Amino acid sequence: MSLSDTLPLQPPPARRLPHLGTALLLGLGLFAALAPILATVDPARQDYGAILAAPSAAHPLGTDHLGRDMLARLGSALRLSLGLALLSVVTAAIPGTLLGILAAWRGGWTDRGLSTLADMVLALPGLLLVLLVSAVVPGSFLAIYGSISLVLWIEYFRITRASARAILASPAVEASRLLGFRPAYIVWRHLWPELAPVLLTVGAFGAATAIMAVAALGFVSVGLRPPTAELGLMMTELLPYYAEAPFVLVQPILAVFLLVLALNLVAGYRPR
Amino acid sequence: MIARLGQRLLQALFVALAVGALTFALMRLLPGDMAYRIAAGRYGYDFVSAENAAAVRAELGLEGPVWSAFARWLWDIATLDLGRSLVSGEPVLAEIGHQLGASLTLALAAVALSLLLGPPLGMMAGRRAGGALDRALLVSAVVLRALPPFVLGLILVLVFALSLGWFPAAGHAGWANLVLPAATLALGLAAVSSRVARDATAEIVSAPFYAFARLKGLPEAQLFPRHGLRNVSVPVVTYLGVQLVMLIEGVVVVETLFAWPGIGHALVHAIVQRDVPMVQGTALAMGLIFVCLNALVDLANARLDPRARAAA
Repeated sequence: MSLSDTLPLQPPPARRLPHLGTALLLGLGLFAALAPILATVDPARQDYGAILAAPSAAHPLGTDHLGRDMLARLGSALRLSLGLALLSVVTAAIPGTLLGILAAWRGGWTDRGLSTLADMVLALPGLLLVLLVSAVVPGSFLAIYGSISLVLWIEYFRITRASARAILASPAVEASRLLGFRPAYIVWRHLWPELAPVLLTVGAFGAATAIMAVAALGFVSVGLRPPTAELGLMMTELLPYYAEAPFVLVQPILAVFLLVLALNLVAGYRPR
Repeated sequence: MIARLGQRLLQALFVALAVGALTFALMRLLPGDMAYRIAAGRYGYDFVSAENAAAVRAELGLEGPVWSAFARWLWDIATLDLGRSLVSGEPVLAEIGHQLGASLTLALAAVALSLLLGPPLGMMAGRRAGGALDRALLVSAVVLRALPPFVLGLILVLVFALSLGWFPAAGHAGWANLVLPAATLALGLAAVSSRVARDATAEIVSAPFYAFARLKGLPEAQLFPRHGLRNVSVPVVTYLGVQLVMLIEGVVVVETLFAWPGIGHALVHAIVQRDVPMVQGTALAMGLIFVCLNALVDLANARLDPRARAAA
């Protein structure tokens, strides 16, 4: 240990991981979009001539235990996961962000009330809430989507509220106010540029959470029902055939892994 | 601090209310006659008669408006009268008592294992930020975080149980059964705690007070334990609170995957079998435990970090 080691370290070089994540996400999205063109069969169509078949010209990614084309099913499952993640993130982002700005702006009882509400929803672990809601309305896409959004808006609210409070107390905002600018201008010129990158991070993490939640529900068979092509369900269905067709079982596992990995990389490497 | 604990109490009330409302809705939506169902849960399926059902209907006010039935439902929760399982006929509290032990064993094993893995590795990496170990750890943490607990568990089952045959894949026979589910949870937790410990360590090692301690001649062996450990432990403990969510959610799916007879497994089973009293009991237990653990993390934080004490 020499004296030079006592000096602060150089900051690490800028990371290229977010770009990698974006590229990966685009690739997955492209695959999901192109799957129906590449696989001309219906994902629910059973081909009894090819059960758990290896990849061939007819079935580029092989077939599952009921002879359904894996490429078509994987594409359909990815569309479902990505669509649901996007939907729930957008649905959660709008009220979460607006309420966060409102709480920071108004302060006082508005702030206290909204923060207490957010704390309340946080009292139950997210997955538990989603599980309970999907128990009441079994196999419903809407119930899963709604409950995931209900869990996700909290994160937007808290982050927005914390950042907005700091920004609204700054001299720049005070100057804008004294110059007589309207609240809309202040939100647009002062808050939004600061908030946007943070919200993107929260959104990417939220999307990863949503994808994992849906797959977990499918996996423990309380989520969406068969014959829906859903990544978690596919794992459960294909697990008994791990010895005959490991190639088929690996596909949904890899799909979930790559999806979550891509979203985590987009959000920045810091796991939270 | 008192305010924090007050908030936690509010949260506990909300858990009871939310779980109560959701299970009440579940009960109302079940097909068939509710009074018969509850009577069957109470007296066993072979002893249900029209009189029993009528008695239950009168007692629970099922004839009356929805809100009075709901108030009664909540009152039952408040008095911890959780009823009997519709499937096994056992009192719900007794069943939960059994399952809680199994779940706690699993959770404690997982947390202990993750604390043995994560923070020490993170501290080693943080003291040489940017080194080979740091990079390897970053990559493995990113990969592990991208594997949801059930996928990680599935991979461990495929590799260690089905291919190598080192550990049993499922069940609850002995200590060997604990290895894979605990490792599944622990790896996910360690991926986070190692990063937290690494970042905290890197920050402290480059702090002026640390450089001063080294310059005044403290040997390396004393330096980090004296000036680093406690400072690193604050964020690690804080993150334990964040990780509690991961742990509770992980317990649900991992127990189901490994058929570990704990409370998460019971909850999923109860949902599949539409066993409302069991759903209510297990969800309530998990929610309340989560709130209690969070309160404990608050207390531990206040003890460890003088800044938090000053703020409270």
